[in-house]
Amino acid sequence: MLPTLSVLNLNGAVPQIAVAGAGMLIMLIDALFHRGSRRWAAYLALLGLAVALARVVESGASAETILDGALARDGLGMAFALVLIVAAALSVLVAMDYLRREEHERAEYYALILFATAGGLAMAMANDLVAVFIGLETLSISLYVLSAFFTGDAASREAALKYLLLGAFASAFFLYGIALLYGASGTTRLVEMGTAIRLAGTQADPLLWGGVALIIVGVGFKLALVPFHSWAPDVYQGAPTSVTAFMSVASKVAAFAALVRLLVVVLAPAAPLTSALLALLAVLTMTVGNILALAQDEVKRLLAYSSIAQAGYILVAAVAGEVGAAAVLFYLLGYAFTNLGAFAVVLAWSRRGEGRLPFSDLAGLGFRRPWTAAALSLFLLSLTGMPLTVGFVGKLYLFGAAVQAGWTWLAIVAVLNSVVSAFYYLRLVVIMYMREAEMPLALQRAGLALGVALAVCAAGVILLGLVPGVALDWARQAVAVVLS
Amino acid sequence: MLQYAWLVLVFPLAGVLINAFFGYRLGRRACGALATVAVALSFLWGVGILAGLLNLPAEAREVHLALWDWIVAADLHVGLSLLVDPLSVVMLLVVTGVGALIHLYSNGYMREDPDYARFFTYLNLFIVGMLLLVLADNFLLLYLGWEAVGLCSYLLIGFWYQKKSAADAGKKAFIVNRVGDFGFALGIMLIFATFGTLGFREVFERAPVTLQAGGAVATAITLLLFTGAIGKSAQIPLYVWLPDAMEGPTPVSALIHAATMVTAGVYMVARTHVLFALAPVSSAVVAAIGTLTAIYAATIALVQTDIKRVLAYSTISQLGYMFLAVGVGAYAAGIFHLTTHAFFKALLFLGAGSVIHALGGEQDMRRMGGLFSKLRVTGITFVVAWLAISGIPPLSGFFSKDEILAAAYHSGNVPLWLIGLITAGLTAFYMSRAVFLTFFGDSRVSHEAAHHLHESPPTMTVPLAVLAVLAAIAGLGASAFNGFLEPVFEGAHAAEAGGLPEAALIALSVLAAVVGIALAWLMYQRRAIAPERIGARVPSLHRLLYNAYYVDYGYQRLVVRPLHALAQWLARSFDLGVIDGIVNGVPALVSGMSRRLRGWQSGYVRRYALSLVFGVVIVTTVALVMVRTI
Amino acid sequence: MIPLTWYLVLSAVLFCIGLYGVLARRNAIAILMGAELMLNSANINLAAFERYVAAGSVAGQVFVIFNIAVAAAEAAVGLALILAIYRSRDTVSVEEVDLLKG
Repeated sequence: MLPTLSVLNLNGAVPQIAVAGAGMLIMLIDALFHRGSRRWAAYLALLGLAVALARVVESGASAETILDGALARDGLGMAFALVLIVAAALSVLVAMDYLRREEHERAEYYALILFATAGGLAMAMANDLVAVFIGLETLSISLYVLSAFFTGDAASREAALKYLLLGAFASAFFLYGIALLYGASGTTRLVEMGTAIRLAGTQADPLLWGGVALIIVGVGFKLALVPFHSWAPDVYQGAPTSVTAFMSVASKVAAFAALVRLLVVVLAPAAPLTSALLALLAVLTMTVGNILALAQDEVKRLLAYSSIAQAGYILVAAVAGEVGAAAVLFYLLGYAFTNLGAFAVVLAWSRRGEGRLPFSDLAGLGFRRPWTAAALSLFLLSLTGMPLTVGFVGKLYLFGAAVQAGWTWLAIVAVLNSVVSAFYYLRLVVIMYMREAEMPLALQRAGLALGVALAVCAAGVILLGLVPGVALDWARQAVAVVLS
Repeated sequence: MLQYAWLVLVFPLAGVLINAFFGYRLGRRACGALATVAVALSFLWGVGILAGLLNLPAEAREVHLALWDWIVAADLHVGLSLLVDPLSVVMLLVVTGVGALIHLYSNGYMREDPDYARFFTYLNLFIVGMLLLVLADNFLLLYLGWEAVGLCSYLLIGFWYQKKSAADAGKKAFIVNRVGDFGFALGIMLIFATFGTLGFREVFERAPVTLQAGGAVATAITLLLFTGAIGKSAQIPLYVWLPDAMEGPTPVSALIHAATMVTAGVYMVARTHVLFALAPVSSAVVAAIGTLTAIYAATIALVQTDIKRVLAYSTISQLGYMFLAVGVGAYAAGIFHLTTHAFFKALLFLGAGSVIHALGGEQDMRRMGGLFSKLRVTGITFVVAWLAISGIPPLSGFFSKDEILAAAYHSGNVPLWLIGLITAGLTAFYMSRAVFLTFFGDSRVSHEAAHHLHESPPTMTVPLAVLAVLAAIAGLGASAFNGFLEPVFEGAHAAEAGGLPEAALIALSVLAAVVGIALAWLMYQRRAIAPERIGARVPSLHRLLYNAYYVDYGYQRLVVRPLHALAQWLARSFDLGVIDGIVNGVPALVSGMSRRLRGWQSGYVRRYALSLVFGVVIVTTVALVMVRTI
Repeated sequence: MIPLTWYLVLSAVLFCIGLYGVLARRNAIAILMGAELMLNSANINLAAFERYVAAGSVAGQVFVIFNIAVAAAEAAVGLALILAIYRSRDTVSVEEVDLLKG
């Protein structure tokens, strides 16, 4: 029996359709009339994202299925979708001047960003493991290509190859896990799977538990959790900085959305097991990420390790399951602004043709570039968790959720880790303001689009830090509406 | 007036913003003047607040000002709200009053520094943070201020970052304070977990009901809070950062590392006295650590030769006194000593700064001497401060120290009192030593420095004079001060008098001071007893004291280096993949064999894949093992 | 009829062969092939489970079709990348791709 159009409920899939459609349009127009500047592609991408955003925002707090049950249009999915779209839009703004400066301004960049976003949206709203997997692969393959976008650059190619080989490898484990879960429950639909697991109880079914473990591996790879993290520093460093910025946020948002949904809808009966596993990974991730970050001498790689550690913090709330879902969402929203902002500054300051930004290049910039330096300081303070920034409120909520769920020791480990993290974040601030440059950098003026992106990020960090109430209530209400 | 109390924050904040963005454009004079006026306005406004508070009946002197809701969510409500009560107003006036004087002094002291705008920006930012700390109406805001003053402290210690020792000292202060702040943050989290709120009023109201007196939770919360105080207020074992903090400009040492920030721990314990009252064990710990620190730091101060280091150890020792006071429940006495100490210690530091300024940067007391006749204002005011800290009546230090010793005695803990008394004698001794070596006796000033010798400009001497007056007469207001603070600490303690009469206690503490001064006079002025001979008689003791019991050395060997090595090792082995890290290290060592080793050494991508498999094995094993246990 | 276990064993064996390929081969193309083999072993599982556990739903088989498409896309991107690296470096050995580390 073929599903009818009404079952498909295409209207609900407008966000994905708009994003992916804009991407295809960009490819088409570029192929047919390609000459001159590619600015129009960026604007078209922003337009597609705006349409998707409008659709996401206007959808109320209902829980319905679309595409014959493959996707869920509920509060949880829509909220994560919103964060993802905002992050994608900021990434487009960040990339515009950078690509031109690096002489790699090509339209397919924006198309690929849009395809990756569409994949991420599918993950955020997936109600079916098939949709999770397809979404994940769409996101990943787009990112492989984006990583290699600077075709002349050996580091960029190498990053892409490493990412692809390891990504395909991890996907295989993930898919194997999905197959095992399918065998254990007889369905790929998350809601039905949850019911089946609840009915079957949590007795020792190796298919089920092996499947759960492998799915955590797959998600863990995407989130760069230790010990599945080894690709991240190399890829983050080698990929074009604008791609790194997008990847570090979009992958996390999409993968955490899928993880939270899995934990809430499917794995709630198995909470003792999943929580213990995730707690183990969280401790490893935070600790190893922070320790390795301490040893870095280059900003981009430092931020790579920092974002590994940040995933560990977020995982602390995910351990708490349903209780922590709102905290995960809120933190990711803040993290999107913070991390994209930080990478945007790296990209503005790095030398032409070179992704690296050694610490020594930062010296003296505090006074030579007061506004940008102030913005970077703000982002770094937020990543540290200084009060009055979103990072502080977010961490308060992450760790508070863990305490509430009885994971006090985990919260203590997390606090200890954020104390350690202050060393390397604040070191950058110190270098910017308290060291003279030996050989001042020749800095380009940041373009308008980058300036807008930085301003939006800074405003987000400050506003969410000063008046977090609205966003917190939004997050709490959103995650309360889950299709199950 | 009271509802506009928040204006005290606005003045220095405006100073920060203007100086941060336009400081260098304003020029040196305007920049310094602006910063000074901002703090002075805060002080005047603070006086207005005091007047407003005095207009209220004594029991109504607690005003909560909700200015703005910061975090509003279903289960957590934190606002930017200020608490105006006698305790916070006293702190407010000390911070802004002493702060304004030191700002004024800095105009002269930093006259030649090219980085004046940065300096005054940090200094004003510090005032904002400190005011936030003392005016906070909830723990989160307190923590915010706590972190802000810490940040300013590191920035100002490392102000002359071109000097490696200054940069290192800033780093050290930062690292040591992290340890304390970690405890403090955990304490606040525990408070939130226990009470579900962070507001002072709610927590203190619910505490007697929620917390079991002497129970584990009360003890844990208070001990964790006290850990923060240990770090910030430089008590054993986290005091090591403060002596090094003297690398900062002298006005900073006076303001932050003597008069205000380091006393934040004392203030915090006094503020949370309701909780400490429920945890007698913690209070005992506070008193014990305070007393121990007092005598310990005093012994180190006996033999230091750098004038600022003497004052630094003296500060640690005096902070110990304050903790002794709040530990035995004499909160008003502790805050009173905090106030008088702010006057005379700021004065000592500024005086030392004036001397250092006059001598062109010389800090070693062995190359000073006979300066009294050359630096008249500095000399006279320094002598006043010396007599005050030594506890000579009727100067302020006498009253506040005596109050603490009496409280310790009446608390029934005679050993604490005895140690306190001995420390008083030691204090008088080392301060007298510093005065005799610096201002009296023969001049040992180098010829070149003597040539430039000059009294400091009025911007520096006026604050000295004002502080000298305060240090001299503040003690006379003791009873009014205590009466003003009384409502805050209502029911906190009621130590009954007994044992030795009050007069005997006073006589003993004055005696200790006189003995200390006399001994120093004999040794360093009359040279009747040659100090070198004593040093030579017990060389090991002298070395031990001079090197501050080798604690820094021990920390370096036992804590810092192993941690550093661990981080290095982890970085090396994990960074290159757990599995082949060792193999990869070999080529670097045996470079000739690197080519052959590479032949069988797996490639990087595959190593990453291997570590991924390693993770898969762990995760699946844990899953399959755990599932049998649940 | 062939029992389900046999399919599962076959798939597990294929998975391990693929795993070995990824871990042991130096040639980037071989590593990619190993990963594809692992993906396909999961596909066998899906099809087998569809037949034995969830008879009647087509989800398993449809999923397999999707996976083949995904694997093809992955291989296309991968081969393009390997080709680009081969052009500039004259090698497809992952051993020699080690600019990024630390």
